[in-house]
Amino acid sequence: MRHSAKDRRRVVVTGMGIVGPLGLGVENVWSRLIAGESGIAQISAFDPAGLPCHVAGEVPEGPAAEGKLTLSEWISTKDQRKMDRFICMGMIAATEAVQDSGWVPSTEEERCATGVMIGSGIGGLQTIYETSLQVAEGRANRVSPFFIPSALINLVSGHVSIKYGFKGPNHAVVTACASGVHAIGDAAKIIALGEADVMVAGGTEAAVCKLGIAGFCATKALSTSFNDTPQKASRPWDKDRDGFVMGEGAGVVVLEEYEHAKARGAKIYAEVIGYGMSGDAYHITAPAEGHDGAFRAMTAALKSADITASDINYVNAHGTSTMADDLELEAVERLFGDSARSLAMSSTKSATGHLLGAAGAIEAIFSMLAIRDNVAPPTLNLDNPSRESVIDRVAHTAQQRKIDVALSNSFGFGGTNASLIVRRV
Amino acid sequence: MSEIADKVKKIVVEHLGVEESKVTPEASFIDDLGADSLDTVELVMAFEEAFNVEIPEDAAEKIATVKDAIDYIEKQKAA
Repeated sequence: MRHSAKDRRRVVVTGMGIVGPLGLGVENVWSRLIAGESGIAQISAFDPAGLPCHVAGEVPEGPAAEGKLTLSEWISTKDQRKMDRFICMGMIAATEAVQDSGWVPSTEEERCATGVMIGSGIGGLQTIYETSLQVAEGRANRVSPFFIPSALINLVSGHVSIKYGFKGPNHAVVTACASGVHAIGDAAKIIALGEADVMVAGGTEAAVCKLGIAGFCATKALSTSFNDTPQKASRPWDKDRDGFVMGEGAGVVVLEEYEHAKARGAKIYAEVIGYGMSGDAYHITAPAEGHDGAFRAMTAALKSADITASDINYVNAHGTSTMADDLELEAVERLFGDSARSLAMSSTKSATGHLLGAAGAIEAIFSMLAIRDNVAPPTLNLDNPSRESVIDRVAHTAQQRKIDVALSNSFGFGGTNASLIVRRV
Repeated sequence: MSEIADKVKKIVVEHLGVEESKVTPEASFIDDLGADSLDTVELVMAFEEAFNVEIPEDAAEKIATVKDAIDYIEKQKAA
């Protein structure tokens, strides 16, 4: 069933939360991003000796008052044993987003109309790793009863619903690095179709562990040439890029039906006007020629928004700092045609690294803040583009520009693509 | 208080994240100390590890209070 823009309910964003390599809290992270700061450093979670990649974007530790993370300020040590780090991250971002939205359902009907859809690419990898070691040591009968609920991806949505009493649709998305955008897009659809009035949606990831880094090293996807200069490692579109830098964290938004938000006087960041999806049907890890899947996802998003490419002022690229960057660029150029000349497109992964299943969620948030502040966040380290383009890729420093409509791209292993379009209200 | 009782109390405080003063002998894990069924499974496993005893499922089901746990472990250790 296809719904045109005219016969479906409008969906707006009324709350946001981020925890990631640039720290804790949306305003803190956004101001550091705009200032051109990087969240990439040498890995501290474990000793990466013996692996080719030594850099990642880890959440900085410290007090919340300084925009840093102290897990026990958020989650009791009792509950930490029941939640892998990716669940903790998702809970923290969801807590910030729900508080920011001011939405507190007061009736059973309102609780049943409020749902949760927080995805992840990988889930509780470190928990699975540690528990496997225990089993390998012959201690299978000592596996914690919290092992399974700590590792399952949909338990983020479960915990958030339990914490707040949100009894509406409870769902989770798993589409690798597209999980965050898919979660927000699918949740927006649930509201547009009238199946809920409010959805808490986003993505979370915590795979900066030895198994996670080793696994992505084996796919040859990670940067390995900048171990001594970590802040230079994530360099989308630059000719010296040599792979992505893994980040950890979570991004969560509160989506709300427009009239519902207006009636309670909620602050509105932006409207979700378009969402498009596609599959490559090509290769498990590499994008198809000319990034045709990206092209079709963006085209589908434009169609659902009922706008043309020339209406878009800013694109937050998937741009992971791999060879695929130029394919996405090519697809965007093809889609935008002449209007590419007035377009700004940046990759905020240059500052945050690639948060896998959380990437699409934090980047959707950045796209909405770009609209709010009329600022295009920069692409760090873009010293020498490997491919020239008429598109302004906002190298090194943020730009003040008129931004009313923004598109955010996310693509995942398996050949899954998603594009989200947001507009000023 | 016996050494076993002390250790049991410590494990309960740590695993259930409750104040030490609440962990009285009569306190029920579920009714008074906020545990759910999975918490009690984990707690019994922690007792088994700490005291190097086997607590079979039918015995574990009867351990509802702090005193139940202490009594069971003391009996096992004495045997």
